[in-house]
Amino acid sequence: MKCGIVVFPGSNCDHDCDHILKKILNQETHWLWHKDEVDLSSFDLIVLPGGFSYGDYLRAGAISRFSPVMNSVIRFAENGGKVLGICNGFQILLESGLLPGALMQNHTRKFICKNVYVRVETTDTPFTQKCNDKPVLEIPIAHHQGSYYIDPHSLNDLEEKGQILFRYCDAKGDISESSNPNGSVGSVAGLCNEQKNVMGMMPHPERCADPLWYNTDGQRIFQSLISQS
Amino acid sequence: MLAKIHVTFKEGVLDPQGKTVHHALNDLGYDEVLDVHIGKYLEIKLDSVSEEEAEIRVREMCERLLANTVIESFRFKLVTTE
Repeated sequence: MKCGIVVFPGSNCDHDCDHILKKILNQETHWLWHKDEVDLSSFDLIVLPGGFSYGDYLRAGAISRFSPVMNSVIRFAENGGKVLGICNGFQILLESGLLPGALMQNHTRKFICKNVYVRVETTDTPFTQKCNDKPVLEIPIAHHQGSYYIDPHSLNDLEEKGQILFRYCDAKGDISESSNPNGSVGSVAGLCNEQKNVMGMMPHPERCADPLWYNTDGQRIFQSLISQS
Repeated sequence: MLAKIHVTFKEGVLDPQGKTVHHALNDLGYDEVLDVHIGKYLEIKLDSVSEEEAEIRVREMCERLLANTVIESFRFKLVTTE
């Protein structure tokens, strides 16, 4: 699988993504600098990594989405290319309109950095196919603006179209207010577009995908993508 | 010309900061405080542009970048400067 990892000024999970894709999963990776508008048609996957692009000024992702590379990413996505946005990458996908809704400050008003559980809501997407035998994944979150918001009508729409991929839950997969760390509507932790080729999630799968670590649940997302390339 | 822009959360969108400040004001004895909304205030200095033109351009700036209209609404005033 040929993967492009976008580097914005302030990205800080780009090397983690590269480490997992290249060193752990033996995939071809390339850096994509935010200032370069390039043809991405030869790529199988574009990753928008986590971090604090442009210092999160104005709103997280608000300025990055106007980077020249985003014109390429939008074109790539419109042609059916797979795009994975993690944390700040998810925020950028929402700001660019590739995914619906918005991310707001956590309802606790604090930066939250901890392991959480997410329930896989559908395995019928290129990002979750390999989660069949594992309905609950343990993946860390680390964010300040991770509270997902969309109006109730559109949330219904996302549910009906199977676009919600992950919801915050407890270890057993039960969803409640106490298992929702940031106040996201519908406990949404990750979603995809209607065509199911663009996905954004707040938890960091690249932080739990190296076998040196006790937890490799995050590998499932990358393995799902690899299995179709 | 100067554009004075306010960006605030839309009605119905949870504003955790506003809620906290609301509670703090009530705790200080300001029982008349019913609601607090915290937003952003921006001042943008504009060069050689007519008021009609500025009206259109500033609205566009707000819609494209300064506000996320999924969660925020905006209003602005144009002030003539020397």
